[in-house]
Order: sequence, then structure tokens, then C-alpha cells
Amino acid sequence: MRRHRKATVTCSFAEELIYDIAVKELSLNILDIVQNSIAAEADLVEITVTESEEALILSVKDNGYGMSEEILAAVQSPFFTTRTTRRVGMGIPLLKLEAEQTGGGIDIVSRQRNVCPDCCGTEIVARFNINHIDFTPLGDMIATIVTLMQGAPEVDYVFTHIKHDRSIVLDTRDMRLILGEDANLSDPMVLQWVKGMLMEQYA
Amino acid sequence: MTVSQLINRLGLTVYTSHDRERNVIGCYVGDLLSWVMGHAPKGCAWVTIMSNINVAAVAELTDASCVILAEGVVPDDDLIDAAKRHGINILSSDKTAFAVCEGIAKQL
Repeated sequence: MRRHRKATVTCSFAEELIYDIAVKELSLNILDIVQNSIAAEADLVEITVTESEEALILSVKDNGYGMSEEILAAVQSPFFTTRTTRRVGMGIPLLKLEAEQTGGGIDIVSRQRNVCPDCCGTEIVARFNINHIDFTPLGDMIATIVTLMQGAPEVDYVFTHIKHDRSIVLDTRDMRLILGEDANLSDPMVLQWVKGMLMEQYA
Repeated sequence: MTVSQLINRLGLTVYTSHDRERNVIGCYVGDLLSWVMGHAPKGCAWVTIMSNINVAAVAELTDASCVILAEGVVPDDDLIDAAKRHGINILSSDKTAFAVCEGIAKQL
């Protein structure tokens, strides 16, 4: 099954939603969720995956402009979208479905920019019971991080994957300190380095 | 073949019906909603065992002529509500997805 996975990013990432992706792996769903953060003008996205014997907890936290109470309630509906070309938005509903079908669930907390300019942003936390037969495997996080950097290089990403007693970490803010403020994170050389650095940590 | 004819010929249960005169163009089967979203052809009869509200959204996105819940699966209440609001035909059969598809194939 996994060998046949389809993960083609068809359009420019920040422009069009990755629509040709079937969420056979959670990592592909993360792309969809981070897309919301980018649309909300976030310049920092923190992706944290915490794995234990029983559970996988995924958190995507951004410093974007946040959502009102009404929108927060609406985003869990598959018929909600912030785009005008399509009446339905499936990123959050599918994540919710995937979490709930393992006996887990999602929580979303959001603070709006006009209420708190210094503390605005949204955090989505999804909990999965990894021993449930309907658990969707996490998939290729390295490819996901590289795709994010490629698609929206102006955004900073902090990726942390805590796997039992190990942790894998990538912070693009640290990279900018070394590469300089003008560094382009979508540069193939940079992406190749990130890939190698993450592979080393996962090894 | 229209949705109405399909209902009669396969003896389907009708949960919601909006446009029974719509043409059924082929058949598609799948439960991974994100996959179905990208692959189900317009106008198909979509056979699935998924029964949550997202089914209505996927049926709308793909413009399926009807959804057939196989194996006697009962739609969630919010799926029925959404299907009514968005004009989607939700049908069901006690048969397996394979048998439903076989039945449709014989009619097409």
C-alpha cells in the first residue's frame, strides 16, 4: 500500500492547496494544516510530533492572525473554507477524522491579532492512538519539512520530533543566523543540507 | 441510467434524495476520503462504507451523482443534514461494495 502513495505537489505551495494529495500519511496532512498558517500570515510555524508507546501527538502552532470564535467553530466543518473558489475546506476535517477514528481527537486554540498583537496565533493539537488499526502512519517527515521550506521559504519553521527518549530538531531561525538574513531557504543546496541533517538525526 | 432507475434496479434504501433524474456516469469505490476527493469522476455513483459528514463534502467536490453506503452502513445524522442542505443523494445497500459495484456494472 505504502509503495503506491501519491504525494505530488501540483501547484506552487503558497498559491494553491495541495489538492492532489491523498492523506495516506499524516505528514501529508501537516502540509495542508501549515498551509492555513501561511495563509494567516504567520512567519513562525512550530511543528511538534511527540510519539510514545500508545500515542502520537501532533501540534502545529503558528503566530498568524488567528481566528474569531465563529471561524474557530466553523473550521471543523468540511463545508468551510477561507478560499472563494471552493465551498469546502478539508484540511482540518480530515485531520479530525483521522484522529477520531483512532479514538483520539483534535483541539484548536486561537488568539486574534486585533485582540493580542503580541500573542496572536493558532495551535492545533491532534491526538492519535497509534495502536488502533485505523491509525494513519506518520510517513515521511523529512520530505514534509523540505516541501514546506521549498514552498514558503520566508517562513521560519521549528520542527521537533520526540520519539520515545530521542528528539530530532530543526530550527530555521538558527540556520538564518549562520547563513545570514538574506539566505534563501528554498535554495536546493540548503534543502539538500536540511535533508541530510534530518536523515542523520533519524538514523 | 438515472439515479432513480439505479435505486429501483438495485433495491437501494434512500436516505436523502435531491435529484433522482440525474444521470449515473460510471461507478467509483473507495473509503480514503482524501483519495476519493482527487480521483472519483464527475457523475459517478460513489460506493463507500464511510458515513460521516465529510462524505457529503467529498460528494459535492467530486460532483458524484449519488453516494451508496455499502454493507448496510447507516449515515450519521450530520451527514444526512449536510446532504439535504447540499443536494446530495445518499443511498444504501446491505450488499458488499463489490456486489454493489457488480450490480451497477451490469446496468451500465
